[in-house]
Amino acid sequence: AKFTFLDLFNGIVHPKCKFSQHLTLLIINYFQTIMTFLITVTYQNTHTSKNVDIQTFDFHQIVFEAEKMYEMCLCETKFSSIFFQVVIWRAVASIAWSVLLLPVTTAVFVLLSRFSLFHPIQWISDCTSLLTASSTIFSLVVLCGVVLITGFFNLEFYTLVPSIPCSRMALLGTVLHPRQCVHSLVYCTMGMLVMWCASVTIGGRYSTLGTPCRQSESGEVVTCLNEYHLFLLLAGAFMGYSHSFLGVVQNMYYVSFQPIQQYKYPRFKGCLPMVVKCSVIQALYSARNFAALYFFFGYVPKTWISSTLNLQIDSSLQPLDSLTGLLDFSLLYHLSISGAFLYLTWYLTVLLFRIYVTEAYSFPVQSTFTEDAEQCLPKVLAEKNTLVMKFLALQDLALLSQHSLSRRLEVFNLSQPGGHPHNWNAISGECLCLLSELTQRLVAHQDAVASNGRVKSQSASSDTRSASSSSSVLTAPFTPDVDSPFSSPAIRRLVGQQDPHSPWSGTVQSPHIMRRGPKLWSASTVSSSVAGEKGSSRFSVIPLHGLETPVNSCSCHTLNCSAQVKSFLAKRVLIMYLFNKLPEASSQALFADSQAHIWALQGLSHLVAASFSEDQFGVVQTTLPNILSCLVVLLEAVDRHFKLPHASSKPVRTLCSMGDSTYKTLRFALRAALKTAIYKITTTFGEHLNAVNISTEHRKRLQQFLEFKE
Amino acid sequence: MCSLGVFPAPVTAAQTLFERNNELLSALHPGEHSQACDLPSPQFTRDTLKGHSRPESSSRSVFLDQRDTLWMRSAGAWRDAGLYGLLDEITNSAEEVPRFLAVGSACVLALLRWASSFHGSLFPHLTLSSDEMVAEFSQMLDWSDSALRSFAWHPHTDKFAVALLDDSIKIYKSNSSPTPTLKHRCQRSVCALQWKPLCGSALAVACQSCLLIWHVDPASLSTRPSSGCAQVLSHPGHSPITSIAWSPTGSLLVSASPVDTSMMVWDVAAESAVPLQRVGGGGVTYLSWSPDGSRLLAATPSALFRVWETRMWTCERWPCLKGSCQSACWSPDGGCLLLSMQGERVIYALTFSDLTGINNTYSSPVTACQLLLILKGFSSLSALLNISVGGEVCSLSWDPRGERLAVLLKGRADNHPSVIAVFKTRSSPVFELLPCGFVMGEAGAEPRFMQFHPHFQHGALLTVCWSDGRISHVPFYFSSAGLLGGDSPQQALASNTTNPSSNKLYTEQIS
Repeated sequence: AKFTFLDLFNGIVHPKCKFSQHLTLLIINYFQTIMTFLITVTYQNTHTSKNVDIQTFDFHQIVFEAEKMYEMCLCETKFSSIFFQVVIWRAVASIAWSVLLLPVTTAVFVLLSRFSLFHPIQWISDCTSLLTASSTIFSLVVLCGVVLITGFFNLEFYTLVPSIPCSRMALLGTVLHPRQCVHSLVYCTMGMLVMWCASVTIGGRYSTLGTPCRQSESGEVVTCLNEYHLFLLLAGAFMGYSHSFLGVVQNMYYVSFQPIQQYKYPRFKGCLPMVVKCSVIQALYSARNFAALYFFFGYVPKTWISSTLNLQIDSSLQPLDSLTGLLDFSLLYHLSISGAFLYLTWYLTVLLFRIYVTEAYSFPVQSTFTEDAEQCLPKVLAEKNTLVMKFLALQDLALLSQHSLSRRLEVFNLSQPGGHPHNWNAISGECLCLLSELTQRLVAHQDAVASNGRVKSQSASSDTRSASSSSSVLTAPFTPDVDSPFSSPAIRRLVGQQDPHSPWSGTVQSPHIMRRGPKLWSASTVSSSVAGEKGSSRFSVIPLHGLETPVNSCSCHTLNCSAQVKSFLAKRVLIMYLFNKLPEASSQALFADSQAHIWALQGLSHLVAASFSEDQFGVVQTTLPNILSCLVVLLEAVDRHFKLPHASSKPVRTLCSMGDSTYKTLRFALRAALKTAIYKITTTFGEHLNAVNISTEHRKRLQQFLEFKE
Repeated sequence: MCSLGVFPAPVTAAQTLFERNNELLSALHPGEHSQACDLPSPQFTRDTLKGHSRPESSSRSVFLDQRDTLWMRSAGAWRDAGLYGLLDEITNSAEEVPRFLAVGSACVLALLRWASSFHGSLFPHLTLSSDEMVAEFSQMLDWSDSALRSFAWHPHTDKFAVALLDDSIKIYKSNSSPTPTLKHRCQRSVCALQWKPLCGSALAVACQSCLLIWHVDPASLSTRPSSGCAQVLSHPGHSPITSIAWSPTGSLLVSASPVDTSMMVWDVAAESAVPLQRVGGGGVTYLSWSPDGSRLLAATPSALFRVWETRMWTCERWPCLKGSCQSACWSPDGGCLLLSMQGERVIYALTFSDLTGINNTYSSPVTACQLLLILKGFSSLSALLNISVGGEVCSLSWDPRGERLAVLLKGRADNHPSVIAVFKTRSSPVFELLPCGFVMGEAGAEPRFMQFHPHFQHGALLTVCWSDGRISHVPFYFSSAGLLGGDSPQQALASNTTNPSSNKLYTEQIS
């Protein structure tokens, strides 16, 4: 079939909105032209080596090649049409709103930056004239570019399953990853750009990098370096880097779903004070840190800039990297509000993106037309490649099971020719698959922990580890463990038992499994190559490149050496510090994607409870034993997991940060949701559960629930 | 309009034991023996419970007064009382600070006081102290004076929790198992208790400064669960908490404070809260979740209440005619809400006609809020004792089957005690209220709080907390009119909670 970009992008456009359709088509045509040009250029580059004359290709052939390439992309179904319709459209809308909000924030910034208590009328008139000035308009255009790039990065970096580094080394690896370095670089640049706009807007002594000044000895006028301007620009770069760094540490790009549904505007309104507060606090912290940094190292960029740009340093002014120069109230005030403006721009973009992406989407349960079958709930639930669609589908399932009678009836319905409960079978099968996969994961973790006796050693050494020097204690952090890079082959075998056909074993596998990839003393080349391959996938933590030793030649030698290396390394405090496992990190990582499981539990339990009165054909009854045993087995696994050390300790709550820390408590939420789900089923069915065919142990456990003794 | 005169007056002023054959029988009735149910009915007296009546600051008087440096005092004042305290301290120690600072702080303080008095004139409840506010908005009548502070039945088992004057909570079960006592450092001035639905162990406690979630293992034999069993949930600016409500599915908990204009929707396990802010009204005092989980009533201290729908969390404003909403109760199918206003002898009814979450009377709210009942007049109870009853409606409670409605009428000082009037109710084919009788306590005891047992098998069971610290249970034996006699109660409960449309459809067909 002939295929064009237009066909592809037509999916984005909302059919009802004519204006936006025209607009988007216009943009798409533009993009198409650019893409074609780019493809031509690439073609030229790749084929010049083969001495192929570019002129022999006609234009249509190039377009045809491009289409083939895109069809290949589509075959990977990374960008299925529904994904385009939902996620890309939402991202574009969120970016558009951030751009629209920009003039408002800029106006507030202008008002605050020119604030003068004693001349209010002059202040207001100054600000109005400034807001309409061409420099401000130009700044707005630059800021729009910044917002667009931020929005693009949000779309590219966002994750529904947070990456939880299990040791400080892993965290360091994440921060130093090339992808992250590019991110930091771009954010530094954007910070400088925003600060440049801010300094131009503030005007006065901040406006330009070079100022005319009179040299003291000769008296002639030369161009001097304006240190205030430089100070603000460097502050922007610093804030950009700290934003990027904190983004990794606080999982800024983790998008969590709210426990309640709200419309977008009330939610934005509710979150706005928090975002403003966060940006102000963050700006104050950053201003303090940057001032300290500039005090100690400020002369380095100053001399470098002045020497490269051949600017003089005005000696009549107080240098800023001194105590008296920094203790300038006006400078600190402008630094803080510019910083707050900078952070607010970024945080608002992040907030809008989160609000748009996590908005509930209602999938049809079953469609009358076969071409829409791909967009139906059962099909999207089984989606493996785009995690966000799976999450949205699960959220929709949980909502429909609680709120929508008509859609529940559709789930319980039979297919029209044949009379099979396809909808229910697909939905319940997918949910059970998710839950049993979690059970397997938990059991594997428990076996791994139990087999090397880590429970004992850790409970004995957890608090004395740093102080004591006894060898047994010191080797404790290096005992084999699935999550550490020092995994033993026995553990790896266990890990290998993970079902490769489970729905999560694709590119979106949960991070803790991937973290098992890098192994210091791994004896096989296969595992390291697998690690490398997995490391390149989207949600993984970077393998510890620097520590992978070439060991494939002599595994026996490695085994002998390992003890010595361990004892050698264990004596180095820094390495100990880096490789010590962070407490409860493995537990958090196990449950990192548990929001999906929570929705599956809610959806299943409410559907089963509703089936008591709404299921006309009895389709749920056939799967009830399966569901009950699956829930009970999961409950046992979860109960056992919470008996492990650190599993039941509560994380410290962060007071005000833009990073979302809900993933830290997901395991508790999962446990509560699981118990509630079982109670929901037992209270609804009551004594009828005795007629359900399940094993005796499970029946005993359910009896506890019937008597409310859990 | 209903006069209390038509109520069947009890023959004597003795304690009401139970209802049988449409008659409320008292203890002095010939041939009737004591309680028929085996539920514990403990009694607490004020003298055995020593309350935390002394505030933290009063211990200061025990110690010698020592003058700290100004810095120390300022830091202490800032820590204890915030900006107000700091300014106050600076103004009071005028001889130690520079003159301009003292004058400036005095001016700022005056300005702040003026602003807050303006704010307080808008919302008078903000001028109350924390304890007074709890006493004002608690569902327990005469909260500060009572030995019992709050009471809650477990929604699924024969288990109840009682909060006492000494800030401890006791949990009683039907059999003679140990009664755990819950104490926590943060557990002060308990205003409300509620058990988590669809859970055996979790109990939410609204305290003065925070929200506590106790996890009391039902299988444990320990009588003093450690404070490690309690989760502390707090949010700055959200205290004292006067009302809490679990969603019927047990997944969310909503808490409200008269000081805070936003109510918090907690995901308890994750310890995260979503604030839902509406500025009008100046706070939220009372919350009640409809049994089917689709709506939530939020009353404010002003003459305004809101009904939230819980799917997208939007709300309807209901400006009341006069007075704030004092108490409310939902019909078992969630289609009808009864409200009582402060200072009025009136019960209002709000009906929600459909089940999809859209109220079709949205456009004209005041006409839709119909006057259900005016409890007019006084009933002379006993000519000998010269007692008459009748007054402001303080509290409402509807039994889970929708057959009995208990109304707590506030009394006055002289021979005019508070009393509970019970109505028989029927929702189909038309809504009906028939007088049933007065529930009396022992001589001299007035009712303070009442709640229906959530799943009593043989009818309804009203639990009453009395002013003398006693908790008593009054069963109402009747066979349910709306359901067939052969139905097991579990099924009745299930059909009530999961499919509220079945009853509704029938009535709609008729009408």
